[in-house]
Amino acid sequence: MSDGCAAPDQDAALPASVDIERETVLTGTVANDEGELVQGAYVRLLDSSGEFTAEVVTGEGGQFRFFAAPGKWTLRALSRFGDATGEVDAVQGLNEAKLSVSR
Amino acid sequence: MAREDVLVTADWAEENLDTPGVVFVEVDEDASAYDYGHIKGAVKIDWKDDLQDPVRRDFVNQEQFSQLLSERGIANDDTVVLYGGNNNWFAAYAYWYFKLYGHQDVKLLDGGRKKWELDARDVTTDVVKREATAYEAKPLDWDLRAKRDEVEAAIGAKNLIDVRSPDEYAGRLLAPAHLPQEQSQRAGHIPTALSVPWSKSANEDGTFKSEAELREIYVDEAGLDEGKATIAYCRIGERSSHTWFALRELLGYEDVKNYDGSWTEYGSLVGVPIALGDEPGEK
Repeated sequence: MSDGCAAPDQDAALPASVDIERETVLTGTVANDEGELVQGAYVRLLDSSGEFTAEVVTGEGGQFRFFAAPGKWTLRALSRFGDATGEVDAVQGLNEAKLSVSR
Repeated sequence: MAREDVLVTADWAEENLDTPGVVFVEVDEDASAYDYGHIKGAVKIDWKDDLQDPVRRDFVNQEQFSQLLSERGIANDDTVVLYGGNNNWFAAYAYWYFKLYGHQDVKLLDGGRKKWELDARDVTTDVVKREATAYEAKPLDWDLRAKRDEVEAAIGAKNLIDVRSPDEYAGRLLAPAHLPQEQSQRAGHIPTALSVPWSKSANEDGTFKSEAELREIYVDEAGLDEGKATIAYCRIGERSSHTWFALRELLGYEDVKNYDGSWTEYGSLVGVPIALGDEPGEK
């Protein structure tokens, strides 16, 4: 049986099998308006047409991570502390983004 | 079937936490989510350990399902309310199992764990112990489950709904974007399948859209033929359970099946037709 479609632990280090030279990784953190990292925020990745692509839940360090492709993406976070939206123009390799949620 | 027969709101759930005969069940892929906090009184079902055969690629049989529910203290006449993470994907997958094995009264908590958490409703880490029952599952209902030959025969004949993301459908990605793209099977989709990502049927907080909105998405926008039978698929069959729920349980189409083999099976078959790109393709 293949692994499920659910999101792996977002705090874990990148698995050794992930080839950062080949993959396009979008990663970052969610913080509230006090600057505290938010655990349990729902972060979704939307493609350039606004279509849902994937969703993960941030771990203890407020971290999220997606494996995507180069191009324009939108990040959307929902949390108990409010929402946030961010844009990323991703290139091959590691792309970092910070989301700050507020009401 | 009315929406309230198959979906309960978070408010309803909160009011019925202690109602006799109502059993809350959390279903997750990540079984540790339950241990960090769950709805009061809810028991846990693990998507993989409890619902999949440990050796063959197949799911638990009638006897195994009976044993599982007996151990969890669920009786044949209980109202089972399922919820979970991932916008209820795995809860919808379990819902499909409960229907496959003939459970009468089963519902999904609308929005699942996500809406519950976003609403900041109470969760607990208390250990839940329910008295064992003698649950008797019915024989598997094949009217709800599609196998590979039936899927190939459905090309150009039935509605095929591919619920993966547009990039998976077109063959640009092999798996959802939060997973490493390490798989080796062929990319693309089953020819003539309509692309309706599962997410179109849900609101941002994980609740299902209204029946009017759903009909517009599947019929008016995607072109689902209401006069034909429908088979939904994804990569491994749980996102498509979510769409199966929307089509059969909310919109009330009678002949809707979930293809749990989904793309990991179809995309590995030798000699079957595959379409690439954003268009459904020809038979």
